[in-house]
Amino acid sequence: MRPVIEMTIARTLDVAPGIREFWLKAADGSALPAYSGGSHIVLGLPLPGGLQRNPYSLVGDPADASKWRIAVRRQEGSRGGSAWLHDTAAEGMRLQVAVPANLFPMARLARHHVLIAGGIGITPILSHAREMARLGLSFEVHYAYRARAFAALADEVGAIAGDRLRRYDQSDGEKVDFEALLAGRPLGTHAYLCGPQPMVEAFHAIGTRLGWPGDRLHSERFVAPPPGDAFSVRLARSGLRVEVPPHRSMLEAIEAAGVSAPFMCRGGACGQCELEVLEADSALQHNDLYLSAEVRAGGRRIMPCVSRACGGCITVDL
Amino acid sequence: MNIRFRDETFRGDYSYRNSDATVRRFPFPFGLDEYMYSVNIERHNGGPAGSVYEFAFDIDEHYVAECRDRAITLERDPGRCVSLPHMIDAEWDVLELIMTSLAHDYPDHFGLQCDGARWTWTNRPLGIEQAFVFGDAATLPCPPFEYITRQTQGDFVIMDQRDGDLWADAGMITSQADWSMSFDTGMSFKEWHGPVPRAHEIGVFDRALKYLLMLQLGQPVRRLNWTMTVNPRLDTAPETYPEWGPDRASVRLDNVPDKVHLRVELQALFRLPRSNGVLFSIRCYLASVGDLARYPRWAKRLHRVLRDLPQDLAEYKGLVRYRPTVLEWLSRLDDGAPVAPGTHPE
Repeated sequence: MRPVIEMTIARTLDVAPGIREFWLKAADGSALPAYSGGSHIVLGLPLPGGLQRNPYSLVGDPADASKWRIAVRRQEGSRGGSAWLHDTAAEGMRLQVAVPANLFPMARLARHHVLIAGGIGITPILSHAREMARLGLSFEVHYAYRARAFAALADEVGAIAGDRLRRYDQSDGEKVDFEALLAGRPLGTHAYLCGPQPMVEAFHAIGTRLGWPGDRLHSERFVAPPPGDAFSVRLARSGLRVEVPPHRSMLEAIEAAGVSAPFMCRGGACGQCELEVLEADSALQHNDLYLSAEVRAGGRRIMPCVSRACGGCITVDL
Repeated sequence: MNIRFRDETFRGDYSYRNSDATVRRFPFPFGLDEYMYSVNIERHNGGPAGSVYEFAFDIDEHYVAECRDRAITLERDPGRCVSLPHMIDAEWDVLELIMTSLAHDYPDHFGLQCDGARWTWTNRPLGIEQAFVFGDAATLPCPPFEYITRQTQGDFVIMDQRDGDLWADAGMITSQADWSMSFDTGMSFKEWHGPVPRAHEIGVFDRALKYLLMLQLGQPVRRLNWTMTVNPRLDTAPETYPEWGPDRASVRLDNVPDKVHLRVELQALFRLPRSNGVLFSIRCYLASVGDLARYPRWAKRLHRVLRDLPQDLAEYKGLVRYRPTVLEWLSRLDDGAPVAPGTHPE
């Protein structure tokens, strides 16, 4: 199995305002590998400024080897990947897709699973619910959305979870009450959340206050690479000097220069692309979720998928 | 490629022998004159044709005899194969990985036909034809992991990934270098490797664990490990120690070349798709000191590595009692001339 598969966009469906679903098939028609609930793939998007690689959660049935499904929300003010998928991508186009990886896996020894989704965060939650239903596990789903019209995939989650699905319609003033949801849960319960940053923070803060061990509270957070100052990177092993423009990640700039660097999630979570910083003449702007405060303070490590330098030039061991 | 399978034993009369071609492809593990633990991990996605690295799962002339030996061990001690209930997805992952690999890599010996979930598996060396439904364990004569690993050379552990660790939650272990799967079941990565001397202190397991947690689908990795075994015996488990432990006292200068074997494990790690687990395969190769001594490079290097091996490593590997005798035999083949780096025989 190759780590990158050439795929064809077999179908696009507008499932809610600003949310578009894509069906991807192997360009040569071959069977696709299975995957676990919570997995994502990385799409190579041919943007005018160069290739942009974005991670998206798989929402389909892992047993269906004929296609992979993703649902993409248009991110306003983003670097253009989701806008390209909404405005330019069309059925029949080909994309390079990295095979599934899972940074948000199910805890298989849990006695009960509480799944919580906010908005487009429903994508990995749907795939978890499907797997848990298949395995006959004890689970429940909580799905919060702006208004009924934005509740993409709600019918599909409902078909899987039945009366184990609770919906929260913000336009009716409903919201997830983490105090009530997380209190009094029996030992062996695991909770999983995918949603916007304030929701993630409330989930962890309230869970921790209620006495939940940290390893029972799972959240999926992908950071999109935030823009910043332009800076240069010198690659110590080749001597190559690469310019990183404000709206491009350091990893993308290195790749565009023809140097292959390791990566997996491209969202600052997995740690695969970690680089050693040998020299830096400006401060490092860490945007990842991986490096500890202690390691950051050392100033010798950086995650080039989302982090950058504040101008100037840094030298990395690559 | 048509392999001629040998009719031989790994116990009793120990009729196991390597052909010349098998000795030549032996994964000799020492590229330098001294040995120390390291995170010696490299990609395992195809190697030179004919080498033990060519395919994901290497099948050689000992295949049929090894499967027979495994069946004997399991008959005596069914606990050598364990799988905790939450590992069922991982069991199917392993069955799929091994069946598709063997059918693709050894089409003369293995075949697989898939019609949706209806699969038919053909194993010609063992005379097996099995139709079953993928995902329905009731359609196989035994659970999927046991079923396929009874038909594969080498031992297997499946690790579940959770809480930032890897847990040894399933295993088929019948050719181990003195460790027990039933004792280690459910252990974390570092607990399981607890007895290894020195490696913890130099951070080998911290780095290896961090690396393996990020292992990606379709990008398996491998490393070699080694020890020595008296007689070509696969089942050197703690459970059967009384049967093979005393053999260490049987080594004499005249029987070193036939009796003492270098035991090399080709260890590979594969990310599993449905379960997000990691398969750890441990493929054991045995070559007698006499086999290896046919190649002067190997004789000299084995002599130097054994001679300079720190005492605690020698104790952990169980070599202490017969090391002086083996060294005496090998020393006559070592003129002290430099041996160029590399593991190749010639």
